[in-house]
Amino acid sequence: MKITYDWLKDHLQTKNSENQLLQKLTDIGLEVEGVESSTSDLDEFIVAKILKVEKHPNADRLKVCEVNIGKNDLIKVVCGAPNANKGLLTIYAPPGSIIPKNKMKLEVTKIRGVTSYGMLCSESELNLSNESDGIVELNQNKYQNKIGKKYFTKSKSNLIDLSITPNRPDCLGVRGIARDLATAGFGKLKNIEFGKINHKGSQKIGVKILKEKNHGCSIFGSCLITNVKNTKSPKWLIDKLISVGQKPISAIVDITNYVMIDLNRPLHAYDADKIQKGIVVRNSKKGEKFQALDNKEYKLEEGACVITDSEGILGLGGIIGGTRSSTELNTVNVFLESAYFDPRSIRKTSKQLNIDTDAKFRFERGIDPLSVEKGLKVAAKLIKEICGGEISKIDIQKTEKFKLKNIKFELELLEKTLGFKISIKEITKILENLGFKVKKNRNFLDLQVPSWRPDIEQPIDIVEELIRIYGYGKIKKIDPIKTRDKSTLNETQKMFHFLQRSVASKGFQEAITWSFTDSDTNNLFKNDKKNIEILNPISSELNVLRNSIFSNLITYLNKNLDRGIKDISLFEIGPVFFGINPGDQETVLGALRSGKVSRMSWIEKERDIDIFDIKRDVIQTLVEAGNNRSDFFIDDKVPNYYHPGKAGRIFLTKEKNKVAAYFGEIHPSILKKKDIKTEALVGFEIFLNNLEFQKKSLKDKKDVYKASDYQKSERDFAFIINKNFRSQDLIELVYNIDKELIKNVDIFDVYEGDNIPDNKKSIALNVTIQSMSKTLKESDLEKINKLIIETVEKETGAIIRS
Amino acid sequence: MLDLKKIKDEFKLKLGKKLNLSEINQIKSDLFGKNGHITLEFKNIGKIAEAERKNFASELNLVKGELQNLINIKVREIENIEINEKLEKEKIDITLPERNFIRGKIHPVSQTIDEISSIFSEIGFSVAEGPDVENEYNNFTALNTPDNHPARDMHDTFYLDPKKEKLLRTHTSPVQIRTMLNDKPPFKIIAPGRTYRSDSDQTHTPMFHQVEGLHIDTDINMGHLKGCLNYFIKEFFEVKNIKMRFRPSHFPFTEPSAEVDIGYEIKNGKIVIGEGDKWLEILGCGMVHPNVLKNVKVNPDKFQGYAFGIGIDRLAMLKYGIKDLRAFFECDYRWLNHFGFDPLDVPTNYRGLSR
Repeated sequence: MKITYDWLKDHLQTKNSENQLLQKLTDIGLEVEGVESSTSDLDEFIVAKILKVEKHPNADRLKVCEVNIGKNDLIKVVCGAPNANKGLLTIYAPPGSIIPKNKMKLEVTKIRGVTSYGMLCSESELNLSNESDGIVELNQNKYQNKIGKKYFTKSKSNLIDLSITPNRPDCLGVRGIARDLATAGFGKLKNIEFGKINHKGSQKIGVKILKEKNHGCSIFGSCLITNVKNTKSPKWLIDKLISVGQKPISAIVDITNYVMIDLNRPLHAYDADKIQKGIVVRNSKKGEKFQALDNKEYKLEEGACVITDSEGILGLGGIIGGTRSSTELNTVNVFLESAYFDPRSIRKTSKQLNIDTDAKFRFERGIDPLSVEKGLKVAAKLIKEICGGEISKIDIQKTEKFKLKNIKFELELLEKTLGFKISIKEITKILENLGFKVKKNRNFLDLQVPSWRPDIEQPIDIVEELIRIYGYGKIKKIDPIKTRDKSTLNETQKMFHFLQRSVASKGFQEAITWSFTDSDTNNLFKNDKKNIEILNPISSELNVLRNSIFSNLITYLNKNLDRGIKDISLFEIGPVFFGINPGDQETVLGALRSGKVSRMSWIEKERDIDIFDIKRDVIQTLVEAGNNRSDFFIDDKVPNYYHPGKAGRIFLTKEKNKVAAYFGEIHPSILKKKDIKTEALVGFEIFLNNLEFQKKSLKDKKDVYKASDYQKSERDFAFIINKNFRSQDLIELVYNIDKELIKNVDIFDVYEGDNIPDNKKSIALNVTIQSMSKTLKESDLEKINKLIIETVEKETGAIIRS
Repeated sequence: MLDLKKIKDEFKLKLGKKLNLSEINQIKSDLFGKNGHITLEFKNIGKIAEAERKNFASELNLVKGELQNLINIKVREIENIEINEKLEKEKIDITLPERNFIRGKIHPVSQTIDEISSIFSEIGFSVAEGPDVENEYNNFTALNTPDNHPARDMHDTFYLDPKKEKLLRTHTSPVQIRTMLNDKPPFKIIAPGRTYRSDSDQTHTPMFHQVEGLHIDTDINMGHLKGCLNYFIKEFFEVKNIKMRFRPSHFPFTEPSAEVDIGYEIKNGKIVIGEGDKWLEILGCGMVHPNVLKNVKVNPDKFQGYAFGIGIDRLAMLKYGIKDLRAFFECDYRWLNHFGFDPLDVPTNYRGLSR
């Protein structure tokens, strides 16, 4: 909502400064979005005449114009407008001026090799209208003698742009804003005397509202103004409209716009002679067409509220009028409409057709139903004053009677909500000034809500009105008490935070990427999951919810490779999705590493990053998170985006309930498809929802502490064993030979090649043997040695290397 | 007796010269070897007259001790020199680069969420969560934002089905609904998380982060809301004084509703929170609307309280001087490294939020 202080003063008697006004507006919830100084910036725009037009030598669409700006020399301007023709009177912006629309400062520039001094402007660039198809065409007679003069007459008042919240339609009119300000003690609301109208004759055009299901119009008021001479508006009206950024058109249209902005009462003026046989307000039928004032043809769905005559649709009620019945300068008889349209119906239709107009904006928020008659009278009187003519009697058709709302307001609620009291005197004053009718009772007030406040429905709304005017600043803050009854984080959340920091401490940078992704990349990682499409994606590259944590991460890893960074470790922890329903998501920590270890190091040998690097990262993270490494079970069944031979999955226990993590090399075909150039790319995923949380009490979380002080012995073994035999199973086997005595089993060498048969490998183990109760004798050690060799040979077919 | 003094003087002289280890060993054997001077003197003790024997023995022991001591000192001296010579040869260029150690970083948004959680933890809030995909009811209707309400225009919603029943939550407020439906009052939660709106420009990203706050009990009023937010803002920005302004606004799910501005000024091109006379909007809040309480089966005559919603990314930008919102999600390795936090830098109450 754009207003000026000058306009406000039509309704408000005040001597306060503009700065005080801005402060007060914000204090009462009418937020000031911006203040535009409307004076100096516009001074530089000059009436100019195009004297000569030539084709631009280097561009088909451009012209080089020679323009008279009232100086001796002609100015050369490059212009792309189709209507930049010889003889046209238009508006010229010199270098240094600032274009109101985009706030760009003009400079002398070369456009395709031709120097352009300034610019010829379209209405849209000057914020005069949305017309951007060509440059402004000024009336020859009016502006012929004004070449070189300023186009804009100086306006005194700054343009104040208010952000009116959707609950306050009453403040979409200057008077409503003035009422709020006056209530808050900022001046006095003027009582505007409205003279008498001498109505002549009845309103002769029949009006009928069809009572259909979900009809969108409950009141339709109208009157005729006959024998008018439509004209250009008088200066006060033109200045007023321009001061709030409206484009003046003709007196009749300007008056309806003026009443809309001044009183928040949208009106529509028809050329009465273009209406065929009376008006019917009804629901549209599917497929009906209509040519609107925005020069577009609309094909309607069923159920839009339309104003029709015998020939069809005249207008979309409350949204936009039609070209067929629009007023023009030669209009003689005016049919003026003032109606109440249902906000829901307005919203539905305008959304379907994607139309946004000032009237629609107001009606969908709720117009004062009792302003129908007043609006007609104010506008008709102005039309008569400016255009002459006679005003008919007013005709009002209704389908239902509007009832004022009543609220019983318990005073206790105010203190309960705010924490303090406001005196009954103050309360009454505020509410009455806002337009409420107040009846005082012992502990409560009987309130009648003003017709212009559709937002006020229940007692809590009254509390807001009171504190809004009384001042939010008067609420006393109560400091919070530092107590905690419940733990802040639950086990899952603790795990989330722990894993996040655990992985970061291993050299991975945390990334946050979109929850949506590009379906092509997603397809590489979705495995057996279904695409979840977004109906209205922001771009075709972000068109599905991610099925995998890798879909975005790999793209961003690649972008970093493109930036010339080679050794990258990235991770993200966040949701991945497997369905369309709320909750069809799980939390995954995904990490990727590319490139080399110790690249270009003077001290370490450089090598490609590999699966055992990433395996260390994932295993260590899981161990740090409280799991027992020796319980882990690892096999090689992995999703298809991993290298089938160089990837694994981890279970936290041998029961193999849920996959805790995958790790491995990313499938080479994905690197090829995504055009990723790096020496190596490995990654892991940890599935938080599959981790089981220890529900043990704190003291049971760790095993009982046991350590042996007896001598320990180490023995080495080398077995030649089948190549496919998994080392995990071998270690497990050895451990289980004597759980009491065997404390540790390490692999210290794996070898294939010379001296080892094909399909075999050599694995060298280091076994630590220690008793809890005695020092082992050589014979005890021999016994266990023998047992290890025998068991391994027997169970696995391995042979001890001599 | 003369012999002893002679021996002592002669060898003291010898030991005073510059010697190497083998020369010392020679001296050692000359003195204490099988036929060494001192050894011989000891053998002579028996031959000495009874009256002088005691004196002689004591004198001999003194001489022995003195010479031995001198030898030891000399040996240590030589060893020292040899060690130093060896160490000198081992000297390396210690200005060569150390072995690589790479620690990753925590994203500023994650760090900020942890800071927020830590602050609210202190005054008894628990962290709640909700799904990213929501149904239309939880995201709008239950929050007193019926279909065809203009307030829905403010949220450019991503939809997942043609009936527009499934969507990506446009705010964290549906967590209020889920929390209240699943539990009984009192409620005291914050809910940080991802939120989505179909908006993308310099200052908007289609995904961003919010934290929701909800405190419902029998006697919670706007004074508590003001106190809570004042506490939070002061703690979060780690400043002694904060200028805070409550401004009336409108959200369908709170009544009365407010937007909160904090005072700031620009000093040397940098934003300083808590001073100056400029205002910056940082959050929306209000008393939970009775309609919302009714929708979640909480009796509004018995229970009341406040809710708030804060943009996390914006808070992080303000606190850490990050200029471009979009950079949060572009994953530029250099940016992550620059603005990220050491994972050991966990925000806590006792240690302070930030270093």
